[in-house]
Amino acid sequence: MKTFKLGGVHPAANKLSAGAPIQVAAVPAMVAIPMAQNLGAPSKAIVAKGDKVKVGTVIGEPGGFLSSFVHSSVSGTVDKVDVVEDATGKKVPAVFIKVEGDEWEETIDRSQTIDRNIKLDKQQIIDKVKEMGIVGMGGATFPTQVKLTPPPTAKPECVIINAVECEPYLTSDHSLMLAHPEEICIGVQILEKAMGVNKAYIGIEANKPDAIELMKKTAAAGFPEIEIVPLQLKYPQGGEKQLINAVIGKEVPSGGLPIATGALVQNVGTAFAVYEAVQKNKPLIERIVTVTGKSVAKPGNFLTRLGVPVADLIQAAGGVPEDTGKIISGGPMMGKAMPDTNSYVVKGCSGILIMKNAEARRKEAGPCIRCGKCVQACPMGLQPNFLARYSELNLLDEAEEERVYDCIECGSCQFSCPANRPLLDWIRQGKPKVMGILRQRAADAKAKADAEKAAKEAAAAK
Amino acid sequence: MLNVSLSPHVHSGNSTQKCMLQVLIGLTPALLWSFYQFGLGAVIITLASVAFCLLFEFLITRFMLKAPSSLGDLSAVVTGVLLAFNVPSNLPIWIIAIGALVAIGVGKMVYGGLGSNIFNPALVGRVFLLVAYPVQMTSWPTQAGYADVETGATPLSIIKRIANGETGLDVPAFMDSLLGVTGGSLGEVSAIALLLGGIYMIVRKTITWHIPVSILLSALVFGFLFYGFDVQLALDQLVCGGMMLGAIFMATDYVSSPMNSRGQLLYGCCIGFLTIVIRRYGAYPEGMSFAILIMNAFTPLINKYVKPQRFGVVKK
Amino acid sequence: MNVILIALIALGAIGLIGSLLLCLVAKKFYVYEDPRVGQVEEVLPGANCGGCGFPGCHGMADACVKAKDSSNSLGSLLCPVGGNEVMAKVADILGLEAGAAEPKVAVVRCNGNICARPKVAVFDGAKSCAIESATFSGETGCVFGCLGLGDCVKACQFDAIRMNAETGLPEVDEEKCVACGACAKACPKFVIEVRKKSAMKSPMPKRVWVDCVNKDKGAVARKACSNACIGCGKCQKVCKFDAITVENNVAFIDSEKCKACGMCVSECPTGAIHATEPVMIVVEKLKAKKAEAAAKAKEEAAKKAAEAKAAADAAAATPAEPASENKQEAPKSGEQ
Repeated sequence: MKTFKLGGVHPAANKLSAGAPIQVAAVPAMVAIPMAQNLGAPSKAIVAKGDKVKVGTVIGEPGGFLSSFVHSSVSGTVDKVDVVEDATGKKVPAVFIKVEGDEWEETIDRSQTIDRNIKLDKQQIIDKVKEMGIVGMGGATFPTQVKLTPPPTAKPECVIINAVECEPYLTSDHSLMLAHPEEICIGVQILEKAMGVNKAYIGIEANKPDAIELMKKTAAAGFPEIEIVPLQLKYPQGGEKQLINAVIGKEVPSGGLPIATGALVQNVGTAFAVYEAVQKNKPLIERIVTVTGKSVAKPGNFLTRLGVPVADLIQAAGGVPEDTGKIISGGPMMGKAMPDTNSYVVKGCSGILIMKNAEARRKEAGPCIRCGKCVQACPMGLQPNFLARYSELNLLDEAEEERVYDCIECGSCQFSCPANRPLLDWIRQGKPKVMGILRQRAADAKAKADAEKAAKEAAAAK
Repeated sequence: MLNVSLSPHVHSGNSTQKCMLQVLIGLTPALLWSFYQFGLGAVIITLASVAFCLLFEFLITRFMLKAPSSLGDLSAVVTGVLLAFNVPSNLPIWIIAIGALVAIGVGKMVYGGLGSNIFNPALVGRVFLLVAYPVQMTSWPTQAGYADVETGATPLSIIKRIANGETGLDVPAFMDSLLGVTGGSLGEVSAIALLLGGIYMIVRKTITWHIPVSILLSALVFGFLFYGFDVQLALDQLVCGGMMLGAIFMATDYVSSPMNSRGQLLYGCCIGFLTIVIRRYGAYPEGMSFAILIMNAFTPLINKYVKPQRFGVVKK
Repeated sequence: MNVILIALIALGAIGLIGSLLLCLVAKKFYVYEDPRVGQVEEVLPGANCGGCGFPGCHGMADACVKAKDSSNSLGSLLCPVGGNEVMAKVADILGLEAGAAEPKVAVVRCNGNICARPKVAVFDGAKSCAIESATFSGETGCVFGCLGLGDCVKACQFDAIRMNAETGLPEVDEEKCVACGACAKACPKFVIEVRKKSAMKSPMPKRVWVDCVNKDKGAVARKACSNACIGCGKCQKVCKFDAITVENNVAFIDSEKCKACGMCVSECPTGAIHATEPVMIVVEKLKAKKAEAAAKAKEEAAKKAAEAKAAADAAAATPAEPASENKQEAPKSGEQ
């Protein structure tokens, strides 16, 4: 079986809610829809207090190029436009909507029939994806329309669908594949059309044999160009660069875009959302969230409207257990720990993980024994112990020499460190500083080149 | 109240202590063999060495560094066993005590404790003893017991004499050295027991194969070249003296060896080469300790200039 | 004899060739440097702290000489370590008049100690403010205040800032602080400000500052920390020198305009405005006076009310009770 070439670790999978059917979470009396739900610029709220909205009404416009539309996930009245805490406790603007009934916009096709006929052309699909507020559903929330319009120099060859779900605990993609295999395949075809390619791979890790089986069967029945690729179990296989390497064997060049390998990677959840947007005209207003943890009474996969309080969702899975030490938005390897449960479900929230007190605390860090386990674990071929040290001491030149900018922050190094050192904490400090220096240098070089060119032209003009 | 930290939120559960425990398990076959081969002497030396290492580590952390005790990480136990493995089984206890003091004090603690030392502490102790007490350190018992045991030449010194043109000597039997029914330091005699421990550690991923394999291969190649293209003598290089012990347990010491596999291969090859050079042309019949210590000194340089294979960077 | 001779000749020859080489190299690669730079560098403290904004003392000396050549004045160049004394020497070397710059000091603008600011979550990462700040909003309800992990302490090269274990906040040692600003740069929450050391020329530093940077609305800020500035604006009204501005729900005292009269200190309802000792004495006196007056007024009012009540009671022909519980004692005057 295929896998990526360098490093990787094997955290315990703990897929407690694997195979659990998708439950529909109740709509609460009030939702708060944050305006910062995507990577890049936050959206701008375009509704005011007292406005009536339906399910699917646009309530937020893109706040920049790298931004997306936000739609109401409920019908009712806008209560206020205020700030809410995001998963890390930081304040972001949000629209509060008081729920009244469940009235949907008429343009949305709510029927269950599967529509295989893709009517829109390339540009229409991209416009539709933008209009429907689709972002990367794996957690990075990169606006999909931007990813679908690669630079003109790129030569797309195939679409790779990320159904790896290498994060322990999470099962939302798994349950989605079991529930909607055909819709996903149509979504993949739409993505192929948008990219103008005729080849797609769906990468699934081997610990989901039922999903592999089902997707293979579905693809065989009418989707000949979609190839299901079972992958060997290894974290971080769901990383974009690692997935491309595992599936088609190419390496994304350091500093380059993934499309340089000819592959466009999209999450399986995104493929499904694209299907709904393009074929059913349905904006991104709900997603599947795994609520799980060893102490959770009823771990499960919940189809949740966006803007539902996280506390409500946890309640649906049996409430916050007594002995809770940490609540994480996302998976245990890359998710964000939440200081409280006052935040709301957003587009990138793939799971809520509740950890017991004993699991939640880091062990005391000891001295680095230079065992090199972090070097063995790093999927990017870096030396994390040096990166952490240089970042801590602010030795940015050395950090650059060790290529801190290649770090994908997967956490494999810290996971495997026998001395429990907070390697990634420090690397995250150094990386943006070095990136800033690189950007500044590039800008300076460009300015210099421009000035020289201008001087030359002026001289030539004389 | 909830805990908040950056990802990752889970850990492999590995710890320094567990790593050291794996090394100790890896050392067990050779230790048992030494008990069988050298009897009481091996037991006394091992116990004394471990006890003194723990004692000195405790005293230094407690009264000089005024730091919390680091006995729990078991690194002092590993150093103690390795030091015992590197001395003859009839060594007086007071010499072992001095060796332990040098190993822990000068080899490790002066640099700031585990993780900061440049040289392998056990080897620092051993080389100090070898230089300070050459007579006691080179009278190798050939039988079980502690005091008043018969001593004799080790296979390595015989090989050296043969290579230097002395005639009338029997080339040491390969199988004897492999099994360990010869004289020598107490832990180094049985190549097969050491190999067993090494395979265990590689399987448990405590160490990787790079350092041991590169040392043994380069020793074989250079042994063949430097010993007049004699396959027998070259093979003997692998099983005689401290080769196996050094390659599997001493050179792979985490702290003093390079961190990435490319660096480890270079480091291993250099150790193999240096060992053979010292064995063939040096004053001492054995060169493993010196070779490892020399390469320990080069480890920071290797770490700086030998980078691991990188993702997304294709060589032009 | 012969051996010694050969050795002498050989060594002498080597020495001669070597010195010739050195001479040549020194001539060939000579770089001219203004001799004044060296002179200036000599009087600088040599700590190479970078507090002046230049890379080390040599950079500062170079900048001083350049400033003299270009504008014939030292401008705003100041060595925070050496202070005016050293700058006067520098000016002397360069043949300039020394302009005295105001001495400054780092001020920690957060008073959210452990009692005032309850914890709502536990940070479990590497012990660094920068990392905690990047991780989440902070351990307390206040997202603006000091995180207490001591990045400023690590940044200080003069041992002038220390964590107080009782309050969990850093404290500046005024004697040691050279106002280089390294701590202010290191603080991810921008809590530390380099302010004028004293509002007036006096042996004791006299300064008043708002000990809070919380930009939340009053109620939110107050909920997170009982010592927070709630942006009520009372201080702004009472200030006679226009030194106080309230922006984003937090007051700020301009140290250039402040005369350290201490009026605002006694006016602040949450005690968010702090002052150094000499000002505090005045303030306490002021407070005591005010409290006395208030108590008097209250007493009188109570008396009046009691009288009125008694009159009313008498009118209603019911037995009157003395309104003793209304009586209030004047609060104790502050002891400093």
